[in-house]
Amino acid sequence: MKQKKWPFVYVGLVTAVTYIPILLTVVYSFNESKISSVWGGFSLKWYGELFRDRDLREALVNSLILAGLTCLCAVVIGTMGAVGMHRKKTRLGDAMATASMLPIMIPEIILGMVFLSVFSLMDLPFGMLTLVIAHTAFSIPYVYSMVSTRLVGMDRSLEEAALDLGAPPFRVFWDVTFPAILPGILSGVMLAFAMSFDDVVISIFVTGPAVNTLPVKIYTKLKTGVTPEINALATVILAVTVLLLALSAVIGRWRHPAERPGADR
Amino acid sequence: MKLQGGKKDRSRWLLLAPMYVFTVLFVIGPILYMFLLSFLQRAEVWGVDFSFTLDNYKRILEPLYLKTFKESFQLAFLSTALVILIGYPYGYFMARMSAAWKKRMMLLIMVPFWTSALIRLYGWIIVFRSNGTLDQVLMGLHITGGPLKLLYTYPAVVVGMIYALLPFMILAVYSSAEKLDWSLVEASRDLGASSWKAFWTVSFPLTLPGLLSGVVLTFIPSMGLFFVADLLGGNKIVLVGSVIQEQLTKGRNQPFAAALSAVLMILTTLMIRLYRSVTGTNKLEGLM
Repeated sequence: MKQKKWPFVYVGLVTAVTYIPILLTVVYSFNESKISSVWGGFSLKWYGELFRDRDLREALVNSLILAGLTCLCAVVIGTMGAVGMHRKKTRLGDAMATASMLPIMIPEIILGMVFLSVFSLMDLPFGMLTLVIAHTAFSIPYVYSMVSTRLVGMDRSLEEAALDLGAPPFRVFWDVTFPAILPGILSGVMLAFAMSFDDVVISIFVTGPAVNTLPVKIYTKLKTGVTPEINALATVILAVTVLLLALSAVIGRWRHPAERPGADR
Repeated sequence: MKLQGGKKDRSRWLLLAPMYVFTVLFVIGPILYMFLLSFLQRAEVWGVDFSFTLDNYKRILEPLYLKTFKESFQLAFLSTALVILIGYPYGYFMARMSAAWKKRMMLLIMVPFWTSALIRLYGWIIVFRSNGTLDQVLMGLHITGGPLKLLYTYPAVVVGMIYALLPFMILAVYSSAEKLDWSLVEASRDLGASSWKAFWTVSFPLTLPGLLSGVVLTFIPSMGLFFVADLLGGNKIVLVGSVIQEQLTKGRNQPFAAALSAVLMILTTLMIRLYRSVTGTNKLEGLM
């Protein structure tokens, strides 16, 4: 069949429109003028302001700690759960798997509301602890489903062979199961990190007065008024995202040829 | 033999224990508590009074709150419909591209997707602001005489919603269209079907699961994205999400917020049920 031109034009056009606000943010981050509709010449002063802003730096550190802790908890709980669930199908297991998926199946606002009321019932101090619990809840589904998908595609006989040859169960997991599910774990971690680092709705409900995450801080800043500093911050975050995506693409390209010689060794 | 089986079972339980405990304590428990809370009363000063009442649900039936629900659903329906219109062809066309272009497009979609949702919305504030980019372009082209003042209006909120939700639809449709057996389409073309007819009788039904999954993935979050309405709509557009937030923070009325959440949750659960009965699957295309 002949390839038509207009599907490309359509996809290109829509993509271009989605990039307009992003490009504007980048362009205006170098704007000397405080009023972003006026071009006052090229300047890096908002980047200077950004790096001097203690509050934002603190919020960034909080967000990184939070995303890191969340990933750690979600990976341990989600991976163990997926491996255990894969060993034997039970009614209870199915029900639990469905229940654990709920945090990403219901609107975020409900999750935020639910956590706020339960944490105040439990009398937990609002802050990093409550943030980590809430973020872990919506991160487990990502890790769990990514790892489960890998487990389904895995050759069970490898595990059984290792067990029959007398390897203790932990060795079997470490030497056979773990390498097979590692890509699933990694993509689960990437998703969990991104979701945690980006979350506003749930964080607003479960954070305490002492702890600000970066998105919560940005949200309050945007509500009170726009500052060009946010342009600079957005540009930095965008640059880091592009860098990370490019890096993962490069690593992906490295891995493919490397896997082939490894296979016949 | 028996001993080994017992041992195997014990290690399975050890693996499952953290997830079971966490799910019971922080997912099932809290959701049940929300339903309980919705039948309780607000305490005089602070907290919750444990006595049964139906007042919270009666209050939702007040015109003010009914209107909020209606408007939230209207906005969610409108956003979802527009997301389908824009996202379905996008995902469908993308699946027909060469492998190299697929990779490139995927990267182009992923960059905004992985950047903070707030920051992406912020770009639209620059565009829509009075005398912002859009106004300057339109005034420069002499299409409009003065600033349109689009920020803090309904269309701005709709654009923000579409923008936040479009990637979900694209990815869902794409993953479904990717698996499509294009030889079926070619066969129907060879048998004399017009490309339009081939699309509606072959491609469309086969990509419907992706489309429906995209609907679930856009409709449900769109009920809760109060910050979109907040930042792009000012205080003019009040959604269920905003009311819940207000009742919790300013109103300190947890039971009423719980009742609102319970109703919202039941409505969204019905949506997912509907999705399952139409597609006959539990899996959401494009998500996992």
